[in-house]
Amino acid sequence: MPHAHWEHFEHKADIGVKGSGNTLPEAFEQTAVAMVAVITDPLGVAEQESVEVDCQAPDLELLLVDWLNALIYEMAVRRMVFGRFEVKLDGTQLHGVAWGEHVNREKHDPAVEIKGATYTELKVAQDTQGIWQAQCVVDV
Amino acid sequence: METSLFSQHSATRWEIAPHGKMRVPAVIYADQPLIEAMDHKVYEQVTNVAMLPGIVKAAYAMPDAHWGYGFPIGGVAAFDPDEGGVISAGGVGFDISCGVRTLHTGLTPQQIEAHKTAVADALFLNIPAGVGSRGGIHLKEKEMDAMLRGGAQWAVERGYGTEEDLARTEEQGCMAGAETAEVSAKAKKRQQDEMGTLGSGNHYLEVQHVVEIYDEGIANIYGIRQDDVVISIHCGSRGLGHQIGTEFLKNMAIAASKHGIVLPDRELACAPINSPIGQSYLGAMRAGINCALANRQIITHLTRHALASVIPEAHLSLLYDVSHNTCKVETHEIDGKPRKLFVHRKGATRAFGPGHPAVPDTLRVAGQPVLIGGSMGTASYILAGTKESEAHSFSSACHGAGRAMSRRQAKRRWRGHTLMEELGGRGILIRSRSLRGVAEEAPDAYKDVSAVVDAADKAGLARKVAKLAPMVCVKG
Repeated sequence: MPHAHWEHFEHKADIGVKGSGNTLPEAFEQTAVAMVAVITDPLGVAEQESVEVDCQAPDLELLLVDWLNALIYEMAVRRMVFGRFEVKLDGTQLHGVAWGEHVNREKHDPAVEIKGATYTELKVAQDTQGIWQAQCVVDV
Repeated sequence: METSLFSQHSATRWEIAPHGKMRVPAVIYADQPLIEAMDHKVYEQVTNVAMLPGIVKAAYAMPDAHWGYGFPIGGVAAFDPDEGGVISAGGVGFDISCGVRTLHTGLTPQQIEAHKTAVADALFLNIPAGVGSRGGIHLKEKEMDAMLRGGAQWAVERGYGTEEDLARTEEQGCMAGAETAEVSAKAKKRQQDEMGTLGSGNHYLEVQHVVEIYDEGIANIYGIRQDDVVISIHCGSRGLGHQIGTEFLKNMAIAASKHGIVLPDRELACAPINSPIGQSYLGAMRAGINCALANRQIITHLTRHALASVIPEAHLSLLYDVSHNTCKVETHEIDGKPRKLFVHRKGATRAFGPGHPAVPDTLRVAGQPVLIGGSMGTASYILAGTKESEAHSFSSACHGAGRAMSRRQAKRRWRGHTLMEELGGRGILIRSRSLRGVAEEAPDAYKDVSAVVDAADKAGLARKVAKLAPMVCVKG
């Protein structure tokens, strides 16, 4: 049964991003989609270019933050938004691909820039049904 | 929060006695309604800060405090390097040296009213704002390093302002001790096209007019009169600061256990001031401060041009520029003895009192201007540092309204277009590239800035001088 899913959760000043999936890579992919949804509607992003990122961290939670921060960085310097992601994990080594296009103000109406992913409400865990969940708050 | 969690020491001072791993008490400054409305996370976070090594006297939260990252936003804490004191990337925040500068214009509200739409359009056209905006300056490596070392002084040397501007900027526009080698190539790359840009979120440029004066004497020294038009700019160190914050948060979180620091919350990631990583962050963070000072200086230059294109007689001179996300080395008297401390202010404004040598000599007798930004469409305030705030909060005051509602709730409740029409009906012109961004920054998504400022005044953190009402707002 597919469980890939993303959502936002409350934080007073900013916003929480959460992804779920049958596998850990899927949960990481969905968290990235949730993060894009803070900026614009991910479904409105065309897949014109792909960008690859590699991250490494001492544990899965720091790895999630690294992954999101790598995407924030790539979106900032390339002036892009991403809409779809693919993650491969080998322990706490991550290889990711992000597909997207250049920011178009008319098309995307980007609401905010994300400054960084934070350790606030940071959790990466499997629930009792075996579904992976990955979440943190992003600073906007 | 339940007020029973605190021992109340005055109408505006609420203390949490040290318990568990707390090394010092925690103190929140607020009146009763503000503390009742405050997020419980503020209690948790200010208590956690009180556990950090080398903290001196107390961990403080200002009247606008809300749930932040490790530190509450509106948090103040000072550390002694000789007692194992720490420096924390989270205690400064992602937007290093975010701050406010306010400029006199020499204009009357009538002069703005006569050309209001043109003024709004000229500012919107000339000052890059919002997601993905680029500035007109592209910094190559050598110039980037010169900017990071020189701050607003670098900007003035390149023609973006005057010596008078520098005299009215904290640190005279240049933070000493910036180490460009400690700033990663990634951080520099993220900044190379972002000089002179406002950013997004709660950043803005606002044309305001003085609607009330509370202290004539200080207002005179600040050069502020009833009905004066001023311009306030709220922004920070852009991508560079965000990247420095991101990188050091991770490095400090990983290194904490190596330094024997037990973190009550990973977001409190910190390192001893006297450690290689502590010193490395200090050098990078100071470069971030210079980036923010240079950025606000360039925006000032762009604002001068934009306004002059509509109203040639406008003359923009700087009242003051003060940051509210910093860590600075300051001397404070503790139990009668002066001590050199590293004071973190995360969403809190430095508020030196009258006579302090760091206050520009032309303003010194009145105390340092404390510039408080409101939310879009509400009031802003100018306060002055007091003598007492030294003992209350290491000379610190609030920084703004502080959010009362999440972005998600705000987006559900309001529509950007309707809000702009409503504000327009009240004579406030909004210019923004994102309607959704406008909805998320709805005035009512914030606490009442007037209540925050009244509490700061009542607590003696800073003294109310003038109230400003918005006329034109360019949203980031």
